[in-house]
Amino acid sequence: MTSEPRPPARLVLADGRVFEGEGIGADGTATGEVVFNTSMTGYQEALSDPSYGGQILTMTYPIQGNYGVNAGDDESNRIQVRGFVVRELTDLPSHWRSERTLNAHLQRAGTPGIAEIDTRALTRHLRTRGVVMGTITRSESTDEALARLRNEPQYGTEDYVAEVSTPTPYEFEAERPAANGSAPHIVVLDLGVKRNIMRNLAQRRCTVTAVPHDTDAEDLLAMKPDGVLFSPGPGDPMLLDHVVRMSRGIVGRVPVMGICLGHQVLGRVFGAKTYKLKFGHRGANHPVRDNRTGRVYITAQNHGYAVDGDGLDSAVTVSQVHLNDGTVEGLEHREFPLFSIQFHSEASPGPKDTEFLFDRFLASVTDQ
Amino acid sequence: MTSTTDLSSLPASPPASPPGKPEKVLIIGSGPIVIGQAAEFDYAGTQACKAMREEGITSVLVNSNPATIMTDENIADVIYIEPLTVDVLTRVIDRERPDGLLPTLGGQTGLNLAVELAEAGVLERYNVRMLGTSLRTIQLAEDRELFRDLLTEIGEPTPKSAIVETWDQAESALEQVGLPAVIRPAYTLGGTGGGIVNTREEYEQTVRSGLAASRISQVLVERSLLGWKEVEYEVMRDSAGTSITVCNMENLDPMGVHTGDSIVVAPSQTLSDKEYQMLRTSALKIIDALGVEGGCNVQFSLAPRPDIVPWSGAETAEALEYNVIEVNPRVSRSSALASKATGYPIARVAAKIAVGRRLDEITNRVTGRTTAAFEPALDYCVVKIPRWPFDKFVGDRRLGTQMKATGEVMAIDRTFEPALMKAMRSLEFSGRSSLWESPHWQDDGWHANEGGHLSATDERMWALFGALRRGIAPTDVSGRTGIDPWFTERLAHIVALERRLLAEELTPSLLRAAKRMGFSDAQIGELADHLPDRVRSMRDEWGITPVYKLVDTCAAEFDAETPYFYNSYEEENDAPPTASERVLVIGSGPIRIGQGIEFDYCSVQAARALREAGVQAILANSNPETVSTDFDTSDRLYFEPLDEESVRDLLDNEAGNGEAPRSVVQFGGQTAVNMARALQRAGLPIAGSSADAIDLAEDRGRFEALISSLSIPQPPGAAVETLEQALPTAEAVGYPVLVRPSYVLGGRAMEIVQNANELVRYFGAALEERSGPILIDKYLEGLEVEVDAICDGESVLIPGIMEHIERAGVHSGDSMAVYPPRTLTGEQREAIVDYTTRMAFALEVQGLMNVQFVIAPEAEPSGPGVFVIEVNPRASRTVPFISKVTGVPMVPLAVNVMLGRSLHDQDYEGGLWPEGQLVAVKAPVFSMSKLVGVDTFLGPEMKSTGEVMGVDDNFDAAVRKALIASDTVVKPGATFLLSLSNQTKSEAVPLIHALHEGGCRLLATEGTAAMVRGLGIPVHEVTKLLHESHPNVVDVIEDGTVQAVINTLEGGRATQMRDGFHIRRTATEMRIPCYTSLDTAGAAIRALGTPGGAYDVRPLAEYRDGVEV
Repeated sequence: MTSEPRPPARLVLADGRVFEGEGIGADGTATGEVVFNTSMTGYQEALSDPSYGGQILTMTYPIQGNYGVNAGDDESNRIQVRGFVVRELTDLPSHWRSERTLNAHLQRAGTPGIAEIDTRALTRHLRTRGVVMGTITRSESTDEALARLRNEPQYGTEDYVAEVSTPTPYEFEAERPAANGSAPHIVVLDLGVKRNIMRNLAQRRCTVTAVPHDTDAEDLLAMKPDGVLFSPGPGDPMLLDHVVRMSRGIVGRVPVMGICLGHQVLGRVFGAKTYKLKFGHRGANHPVRDNRTGRVYITAQNHGYAVDGDGLDSAVTVSQVHLNDGTVEGLEHREFPLFSIQFHSEASPGPKDTEFLFDRFLASVTDQ
Repeated sequence: MTSTTDLSSLPASPPASPPGKPEKVLIIGSGPIVIGQAAEFDYAGTQACKAMREEGITSVLVNSNPATIMTDENIADVIYIEPLTVDVLTRVIDRERPDGLLPTLGGQTGLNLAVELAEAGVLERYNVRMLGTSLRTIQLAEDRELFRDLLTEIGEPTPKSAIVETWDQAESALEQVGLPAVIRPAYTLGGTGGGIVNTREEYEQTVRSGLAASRISQVLVERSLLGWKEVEYEVMRDSAGTSITVCNMENLDPMGVHTGDSIVVAPSQTLSDKEYQMLRTSALKIIDALGVEGGCNVQFSLAPRPDIVPWSGAETAEALEYNVIEVNPRVSRSSALASKATGYPIARVAAKIAVGRRLDEITNRVTGRTTAAFEPALDYCVVKIPRWPFDKFVGDRRLGTQMKATGEVMAIDRTFEPALMKAMRSLEFSGRSSLWESPHWQDDGWHANEGGHLSATDERMWALFGALRRGIAPTDVSGRTGIDPWFTERLAHIVALERRLLAEELTPSLLRAAKRMGFSDAQIGELADHLPDRVRSMRDEWGITPVYKLVDTCAAEFDAETPYFYNSYEEENDAPPTASERVLVIGSGPIRIGQGIEFDYCSVQAARALREAGVQAILANSNPETVSTDFDTSDRLYFEPLDEESVRDLLDNEAGNGEAPRSVVQFGGQTAVNMARALQRAGLPIAGSSADAIDLAEDRGRFEALISSLSIPQPPGAAVETLEQALPTAEAVGYPVLVRPSYVLGGRAMEIVQNANELVRYFGAALEERSGPILIDKYLEGLEVEVDAICDGESVLIPGIMEHIERAGVHSGDSMAVYPPRTLTGEQREAIVDYTTRMAFALEVQGLMNVQFVIAPEAEPSGPGVFVIEVNPRASRTVPFISKVTGVPMVPLAVNVMLGRSLHDQDYEGGLWPEGQLVAVKAPVFSMSKLVGVDTFLGPEMKSTGEVMGVDDNFDAAVRKALIASDTVVKPGATFLLSLSNQTKSEAVPLIHALHEGGCRLLATEGTAAMVRGLGIPVHEVTKLLHESHPNVVDVIEDGTVQAVINTLEGGRATQMRDGFHIRRTATEMRIPCYTSLDTAGAAIRALGTPGGAYDVRPLAEYRDGVEV
């Protein structure tokens, strides 16, 4: 839905499939791994989720931009996706918190996108053949775009963590409930952290410090953390040897919680390999079973890689599994106060059913 | 602390019910279709029965409604068609000894009965476990006080309110509640002295006058949520505490209009993720606190845009504000809608949870791979629009807290605009596309607030377009209606495209844009000045054809097995044609008066029969409440408007490069039959009776010629175009005459006319509203009889004859009917069979046919006196009834005939099927108390919304049961109010004696009282002059003196209509029986004489087949 005509644009996939549509957002090209997210709300949070680094995001819900964009709902300081693909983008949002349209938001960030394509056809394609590199372009022919695409770096070979992580440590500023007694100090290893993780900790009266991905273990421990949180982030965990090495110096010394990429890194610390999923888990409806209670939780997810449970050493157990495909969704250390989850307990976007895991983490922190 | 953390601090929910799976489960249906309780509970009950079968559990089903699929022998194991009362259910329990009861699948009726059975100690006495959601949970959710307390305890917000008795209290209440506020004085009739106040001055004034008006000097001050967003969540929870939301839905109409009367979209469109999750978390917290095990519906109000709907606190609000409005701890209309909107079968899953399954143990049959423990992801937009009865009724069209819609339609597309446009087409108002404007809309009404065209009525959707067409800005329209600007902006897009279609040359890109926006070929044709067929051929030339997308619960994340489709102007088709033999069954669309659940029953049976015959069944329908739109009813389901364009499009899709499958048009009521001509014109094949056979029966002239050539008597009459033709025609056949338009649905606009003056008036009204000929027939006031028949071209099988209790003149859908007939002579029966058989052959019927006769021996002294009054070459309303009482599977027989198997090949022969031992009485059920201002008298125009059946082995018991089930039974010794027309007075004499002898007290209006006194029977006279003295007729009904009313009138709309109107309306509002036909009254009075309890409670099959089951 548009008030002004938009320029034609196309999405060209590396396997030759082409979708013709209309250009939205910024002019120019966008290249990345094309993935889809099935959440029906939360485009602003998703766009600013650093875990989408290096990717072109398709929303399967066809109507986007309905409630506009506001300053409060960003999960990081910029749009993180390379490009954005939707069936319909509205230029007439309606929400009392809205400050601008989604289109203007994309334009300001310099993020190209494409609208008016059959996103269900694209999703079926990705589901069937697996996620694939693609590029959004307005001016090139399909052949030109394909040629360019072949010469651009391929997702899976790039380390996007360095790109999204903070260059220097900082304390997370947030309104916090008044601390009665000591406030735990949580250090977040920023592999691409979302604000809502830090917000959740702050709401639980923690002082939160985010540190760069390449912080040394000794430097980190010198900050006297009461607990360390390994954050989510983009890309292939097999590229993160330096983080795995550093983590070995942390594990067992302070209580640890890992989320998403942080969980995958911890999986590697305990001997597991990670592998790429065909089309990943991205959405707000992923059922995860807690192996201890049998209860199923609906979780928000955003990952393309998973921990292979086979290689795990006996120090950790698989605490949660994905109900649909049985993939590892959670790890728990038998002795140390350490657990990790593949899903996003911080939600945003998505269901908040597992926010209580932050309480569990903080309980282990205060027990120490 | 976040709300989820609070959740874990709640007391643990009760442990998973330890007892194992039950062996035999009682399921209570919801009874007749009434406004507020429609086909959705047939869908829920049918799913529950199927789920029990999958679990190896015996199901015992009780329902009074024979027109339901759930009461079919291949759905439930033991079926009782009996009145839904505690007494009957206790007797069923005593006989069947179930060990479990499913309370949450039969609507409010089923839920209330389950609670009453529990409270009466019946469940305990017979060791029946209440399955799933517990009695405590039901009580917690249903009791307003308890529920409010629970919400407060778990920190969930409810609308702020305060009770005040002094102005001082009122001042502090204002601080707490804020403005706008609703003021409700206690103990005043109809809320006198209350209202909504927006300013402090209004507040003071209204509170002071309210305190004065209140008998106890007390007013309730409540925060007004009028204009707030209304959002619903459908949630499920299992015994392990796993909770999910299936769907959320946003009402386009804000708070103030009943959700059943609201236009609804799914998923929500204007909620940010923060809001979506906030309400979702709240809903899950509530069902956890309630301990629901099964499905539940939670309704919220959410703060609107303050610039559109001002609300107090908005200036300072940072958080998003909401209130919990209501919870229904059962499946509901909304859950049926959510099931169809998402593909997630809520009732089936709820039933399985109730017998101990956990969500992750139940397969998601749509994907076949995942489980029920997930939340559907939609990659489309769903729009539901209610179907209101005001095309038939004159009444108060305003929408408010009392639901008025009889049914609803749903449409799906990838975006909002086409989903809305398709939903509007699905309403099947001929000539009322989105372009329609009411001729009654005056110019000054566009800017009026109260009572203007934009106020909430059944016509508001069209008025919104009208306002935008007149250049009123979307935000102004929103400001006046409270509808979020997101929606009005979208409507403005549609209007903008209308303008382009009016102004520009139709190019491929414009046509494609219009189709993507949801414009029908007919609308495009109207705007761009082309015939619809021309638009279609342009589409073909330019390659602008729809594709079909799958509803798969997962937004294409997984491969899905369930073929449930909607069309869209997109790129990729998810529904390529299959190679197997297949037949399309065209469904019946929204439930409306005249076309009810019976036709869904027929469509579902047809699909099943096709599949059993090894033919793939394709189903097309637009009604989300029904069994027919359940994804496992057919091999392929197309959720589409039932109009020519959509049906042809889907047939084109099915044809691929080959031939289109045949279509069955005779099961979906008039909706489907009306498609015959269009299909034939398009060269598309029809299975069963041809389009020409249908035309022959419906075209008055052709039909008359045919009947005459067969020497079958029919009331004299003719089709006329003008009043000049009408007057001599009526004169020639003699008054009274029956007048009606030539193509009718549910007796629409049909009247009995007594004289020339009335005829002139009728014509005045009729010509204003429609074109086409008007039929004038001699009105024969005799016994009315109808038959359903199956013809294969070689023989005609008549499963049974039904005799109406009311004589001709009352629409057959509003008549009580009895099977087998009680008064017909052998000669008359023979004539009925003979005429039916010969007409079926002459019309070349292949499949079903319904014939209505009037028995008027005085009009044919030389013969049996049997006259044909109507023939419909399609399934009728009575097919489920007659199939059930005779055991003749009419729909499967007809389907097999269409597939080329003769009746003989199916082991049936022609002629009248032998009568069984049972007696069955069908009684209509009305929803008149919900339709303010609508007159309730019975006449040729149908008014009922549903029906019940009473069955037993004798007539008196069967009638009694039918009356109990339709809630029109009168107790012995009741006080009757009589107001009889002169014409009917003498005929009423035996009834008056019977009432007197039955110990009834009589009140009567002036003339009637004189006549009763003349009989030597004591009577108390009450005046019908409402303004002259008290107590008058209205007073004695309102104060409860009277328990039943008999009010007859003669002819059409004479003065008695006005006089009697208040009597009838008051009786309706007091929910006491009001008989407007002496025949109905006679049956009721006769049943008075049947002692209470003098009826059996047995499974239907036992009555019918005479053997114990």
